Amino acid sequence: MTRSISQDNAVSSSRMTRALIYAVLLVFVFYYLLPLYVMVANSFKPLDEIRGGDLMALPKVWTLAPWASAWSSAQIGVEPTGLKPYFINSILIVVPAVFLSTVFGALNGYVLTKWRFKGDGIVFGMMLLSCFIPFQIVLIPAAKVLGFLGLAGTLKGLILIHFSAGIGFSTLFFRNYYAAFPTELIKAAQIDGASFFQIFRRILLPSSAPIIVVTVIWQFTNQWNDFLFGASFSGFGTTPMTVALNNLVNSSTGVKEYNVHFAGAILAALPTLLVYIVAGKYFVRGLMAGAVKG
Amino acid sequence: MNRLQQWLPRLVLAPSFFVILVFVYAFILYTGYLSFTDSRMLPSYGWVGFENYTKLFALRHWNTALVNLAIFGVLYIGICSVLGLFLAILLDQKIRGEGFIRPIYLYPMALSFIVTGTAWKWFLDPGIGIENTFHNLGWTSFHFDWIKDRNYAIYTVVIAAVWQSSGFVMAMFLAGLRGVDNEIIKAAQIDGASPARIYRKIIIPMMRPVFLSAFVVLAHLAIKAYDLVIALTGGGPGRATEVPATFMYSYTFTRNQMGVGASSAIIMMIMVFSIIIPYLYSELKSGDNR
Repeated sequence: MTRSISQDNAVSSSRMTRALIYAVLLVFVFYYLLPLYVMVANSFKPLDEIRGGDLMALPKVWTLAPWASAWSSAQIGVEPTGLKPYFINSILIVVPAVFLSTVFGALNGYVLTKWRFKGDGIVFGMMLLSCFIPFQIVLIPAAKVLGFLGLAGTLKGLILIHFSAGIGFSTLFFRNYYAAFPTELIKAAQIDGASFFQIFRRILLPSSAPIIVVTVIWQFTNQWNDFLFGASFSGFGTTPMTVALNNLVNSSTGVKEYNVHFAGAILAALPTLLVYIVAGKYFVRGLMAGAVKG
Repeated sequence: MNRLQQWLPRLVLAPSFFVILVFVYAFILYTGYLSFTDSRMLPSYGWVGFENYTKLFALRHWNTALVNLAIFGVLYIGICSVLGLFLAILLDQKIRGEGFIRPIYLYPMALSFIVTGTAWKWFLDPGIGIENTFHNLGWTSFHFDWIKDRNYAIYTVVIAAVWQSSGFVMAMFLAGLRGVDNEIIKAAQIDGASPARIYRKIIIPMMRPVFLSAFVVLAHLAIKAYDLVIALTGGGPGRATEVPATFMYSYTFTRNQMGVGASSAIIMMIMVFSIIIPYLYSELKSGDNR
């Protein structure tokens, strides 16, 4: 759905109604921004200003100390390391997992639309259904198999788990996208003697940018925000950001440092927010155009 | 060379398919098998028939989890759909600044439920959050401690989840509305139909496929809901906000009742599949006819 063919359905032109519409829309702008505002404002306050004061107020004294503490010195579990090592863990898990699930998703989509074979419908159906399983159903055997493979508590193990949870969606996205790509071009290239990978690289890949953006954002957001797999399968030294943030916020010992919690929450949200701000427009457009419809 | 070319596509597909086959379908079968065994702290293979399922449905915690899922699911899906449609209709009235408003409605979906949970946990906390704000404003009798109240805590999960997901539902409806042919609307306007009537009688009925997609997306998110509950309430106060996902985790990994945990995971899967499979089936069928 591109802007040029879109059409709105404006029905009313009375000034009163329009003013009311704008007022309601503005109220909801505040509603969606409020929690973000609360997090940002309070992450710059000294702790006593939060406890004795008002969560809605701007800081009277601005301080960067909560940020420094959340990043490099706050107590997470037993270690006073801050969130930094966990942030790095998340990057080390998510970057390869996103890369692998996007590359294989693209190749799978290519095969399932342009090199069809007997039984490909069943393969696709199984991959599609795998997108929606509640992950609780795989937790017990996954723990056992990762242990058996010697991957329990390792980055590789988490990458494998994320790949298995993400490949269904990647395949779905690319399959739907490539289904609309003219098969005649592929046939012609085949007659000219182009190989399987040449056709993919020279013909399909150059026009795949929109769906690559959708897939990368989808996988990045889901994997960065994952908590269940991180909580179940990470070990000492491989714990991801979301699990560390939850440990920070819900640790029962000591004083509750709300300002540090808020700074930590923003740190955990920053990568996905950045991706969303930079490329979110393309994501929504691509998702709505192709991926939601079967 | 030719033979290789012939087998290459299948070889390329094979690793992904193998991973799915093992990590999804074999794992489902294994969990299904465990749900009929006497597994406790570790998997064990003594066959006990349906004993875990009978035990499961006799457990107070599981029944709390199901009731909470029902409350959460109905409100979450209902409010997100109504709010999403409402905001989409408003945004569809040639709004100046739509490009500014839309991303603000949408950004919560980029956040982790752990982040959302952290923000709302302190925001709803009666000690430092919104109750305190109203007290500072002079409304000292204002009272809002749902997050600490066993009977109301589940509604705070709804509040936070709606905040996170409603913008995304809005975007789905907006895309649907933009697909409506506005010749029909113009014709209806010429016939003298009021705007409210045009929406009620023409446009909203045309949104049925979007309602269905939104329902499927939200329903499966609701059944899977885990992170938000952990971050917001930790399943408490007491076990008042237990949901199937938190139940499965605690029975399997901390209470050493793996058989019961596995049976609860199977029930969750049956719930998700009973929504997803008919939907995918009808989508794929209509896709083939197109």
